Amino acid sequence: MENAILTMRGIVKDFNGVKALNGVDITVRRGEVHAICGENGAGKSTLMKVLSGVYPHGSFDGVITFEGEQVAYRSINDSERDGIVIIHQELALSPYLSIAENIFLGNEVARGGVIDWNKTNAEAAKLLARVGLAENPTTKILELGVGKQQLVEIAKALSKRVKLLILDEPTAALNDDDSAHLIDLLKHLREQGITSIIISHKLKEIRAIADTVTVIRDGSTIEEFDVDDSDEIETRIIRAMVGRSLDNQFPPRDPQIGEEKFRVEHWNAYHPVDVGRKVVDDVSFSVRAGEIVGFAGLMGAGRTELAMSIFGRTYGTDISGKVFKDGVEIQTRTVDEAIRNGIAYATEDRKRYGLNLIGSITVNVSAAALGKLAKLGVIDRHREYTVAEDYRKKMNIKTSSVGALTGRLSGGNQQKVVLSKWIYSGPDVLILDEPTRGIDVGAKYEIYGIINELAAQGKAVIVISSELPELIGLSDRIYTIAEGRLTGEVAREDATQEELMRHMTAARAEGAIK
Amino acid sequence: MTVIAPEQAGPAGPSQPDKVRKPRRRVDLRQYGILAALAVIILLFQVLTGGRLLYPGNVSNLIQQNAYVLILAIGMVIVIIAGHIDLSVGSVVAVVGAIAGLAMQSWGLPWWAAVGIALIVGAVIGAWQGFWVAFVGIPAFIVTLAGMLVFRGLALVLLTGGTISGLPAEFNAIGSGTLPTAGTPDLITFAIAAVAVIALVFQLVRTRATLKRLDLPRERAASAWTKVGIASAAILYVAYLLAYNRGTPIILLILAALILIYSFVLGRTVFGRHVYAMGGNLFAAQMSGVKTKWVNFFIFVNMGLLAGLAGVVSTARAGSAVASAGQSFELDAIAAVFIGGAAVQGGVGTVVGAVIGGLVMGVLNQGLSILSVDAAWQQVIKGLVLLFAVAFDVYSKRRSGR
Repeated sequence: MENAILTMRGIVKDFNGVKALNGVDITVRRGEVHAICGENGAGKSTLMKVLSGVYPHGSFDGVITFEGEQVAYRSINDSERDGIVIIHQELALSPYLSIAENIFLGNEVARGGVIDWNKTNAEAAKLLARVGLAENPTTKILELGVGKQQLVEIAKALSKRVKLLILDEPTAALNDDDSAHLIDLLKHLREQGITSIIISHKLKEIRAIADTVTVIRDGSTIEEFDVDDSDEIETRIIRAMVGRSLDNQFPPRDPQIGEEKFRVEHWNAYHPVDVGRKVVDDVSFSVRAGEIVGFAGLMGAGRTELAMSIFGRTYGTDISGKVFKDGVEIQTRTVDEAIRNGIAYATEDRKRYGLNLIGSITVNVSAAALGKLAKLGVIDRHREYTVAEDYRKKMNIKTSSVGALTGRLSGGNQQKVVLSKWIYSGPDVLILDEPTRGIDVGAKYEIYGIINELAAQGKAVIVISSELPELIGLSDRIYTIAEGRLTGEVAREDATQEELMRHMTAARAEGAIK
Repeated sequence: MTVIAPEQAGPAGPSQPDKVRKPRRRVDLRQYGILAALAVIILLFQVLTGGRLLYPGNVSNLIQQNAYVLILAIGMVIVIIAGHIDLSVGSVVAVVGAIAGLAMQSWGLPWWAAVGIALIVGAVIGAWQGFWVAFVGIPAFIVTLAGMLVFRGLALVLLTGGTISGLPAEFNAIGSGTLPTAGTPDLITFAIAAVAVIALVFQLVRTRATLKRLDLPRERAASAWTKVGIASAAILYVAYLLAYNRGTPIILLILAALILIYSFVLGRTVFGRHVYAMGGNLFAAQMSGVKTKWVNFFIFVNMGLLAGLAGVVSTARAGSAVASAGQSFELDAIAAVFIGGAAVQGGVGTVVGAVIGGLVMGVLNQGLSILSVDAAWQQVIKGLVLLFAVAFDVYSKRRSGR
């Protein structure tokens, strides 16, 4: 194909006999935005590691041609030298160094080993302008939000004279504003002639920005086609990804809503470091048995902070308020106490707060309810295994054995382990914080099914999510939260994205007037 | 115990289809690596010393002289799995030894009371350090570095630079005595070994029966029986050597009990599971309801208790209490734990691994002394063995794709 900047032909990569990639073909044209789609575990990240030399030439089969020449990268350094830069989902910036220092890390503007700080900062400022980030180059990374950090990563890539920019799930951790900015930036870079590959689960984004999409399933290329901004394209991508069409993104459900199960009254919490700042401000809400209640809010609105301050006071200081279950006041001062009182909180950050990644599925599933498996402090390991095996089957966790380390599982399967852990703890109230973050369409559907099942068992389910369609599709009722305060309560029938967004931004507008 | 199954695919690998084949319980190859290394080192020294390493008298010495490393390594492996370190144990050994000596010589207490006091003092010291680590939140490296200075200093103060010797024979027997014997070769030693072998076989049969009844995956029969066979042969061989010398060292029984108890604690109890969970991901452990502060506290109380026991054992072996006792014991114990496959970041390690690591150090000590290698060179060699052992471990982990 003429005008192709990159072609990969017949890529096969196996790990001890298991084929992660089994014949992937991809052609990226110069100056386009090329999307790669596929369920988690389909092989997208492996493919990018093959391209960038993380898996060195010779450890896989197939031919890679970049800029018309066959290449054989042995490390990331090799591919970066040719102008291929990958920005991973987990950002790799040093928090205590400044923006400028991070941009030029490993590539310092120096003469004879002595860094020219003026030039460094001046160059960094130019790059920041290019990515539309209005920050001082000497600002430390830890002062920036995830969205801005992403922009710093892109600025860093630009400093390396990038020709092919690869973004792995760039908007997974971003809110809508930051995502929109990033999409605009990619369009802008396209005008400047930079080719990008974007790996994403968000079909709306792909519609908005990609010129071409390659769909990978089970390690092979399924389809490659041009993209336009239409619903048909979205349907076509989904069909190619899962091998079936997903007419209903949400499994059907017949809500059976009972008595009030869980109520929180006048809940307040302050920031743990900046103690004067009120993060949760007089929040009261309730959930009925069998009801799924959504919490919508922009990044930093205080949703996670609300949940964590209730769950064993794991966030915040100077917490006050009352918690009731079945009309009786309960205490949730420690995690242990919260669990004993039948509350479970599945974190939004499963790698940091949810899982022991060097532990097996078994030990993770049992972690929050060892008491149920132990007599006099001695664990019944046979029963523990049986329990884990049971959840593996019930939750459809894809692995050869429950002895597998959770660190080796895909995001969707990891999330299923986290959910298994909390379901096994036997809660009456489940708080699920971003239960489908960073996982693919198929696994999402399964997790929605699990959430419905929990509600059908008469549990009170709270779902916190940044994806409004998800909240609308899943919840019976949605609370909106902004700047730590409840700003609205919307019934399922009335819930539209516009309506929710209006409530979610309500307090901000007031703040702006002041 | 967690059975760590090496997964084949990388993090981004494909989701594996459910296999119909019943999963076998897989085994941790890393531990066999260490065991193989121990065997190689024993063989090497056996050849180098012209067979003298495994003389009956030398084997008995090896056990008695290195008991302290094994005892400390058992405590240390728990500390290290939880993600901490303890630099103070050598000094604790000295101060506990001094107190035990004073109790018997100056306060006129019987030997068993002195042992009791020593263990209590050890646990109290552990509680002191555990308090600072767990409840105040000072890194264990700092707390125990301070403890290293404080307790060494206290040992010097207590003994005012002198030595307490002439301790009761019963006390000394803990470190250097043997059980009563019955003839040469000693039949009691053989009896103990026979009991141990029968217990091993019985345990294996029982476990496999339970697993079969519950329809859980089992290790292949051939491999399980081979392991028991090798272990039995080793036990009987050691018994044979001991029986032809002075019989079973008392300390060997103490060690066996400690290994069994602590393997059980780490592998089978809620406390042990919490230790692994905290080392694997402290935040996730907290968010799962683990009372991490109390677990940390008890880890250090336990380390103090075992350091107290090591103090008793090494004082009894030496037959006297000196302020310079226990010098660099902490480093031996830490080295043993890492040779035994524990991870510097925590979350990984076993009691058996730490004991094997301790034996590697012990065989090196013994073998090099028999060869009359200069003490200075002994240190160089031990240091390099530690470095290469951990390097090998890191390398093998990287090869397995992690």
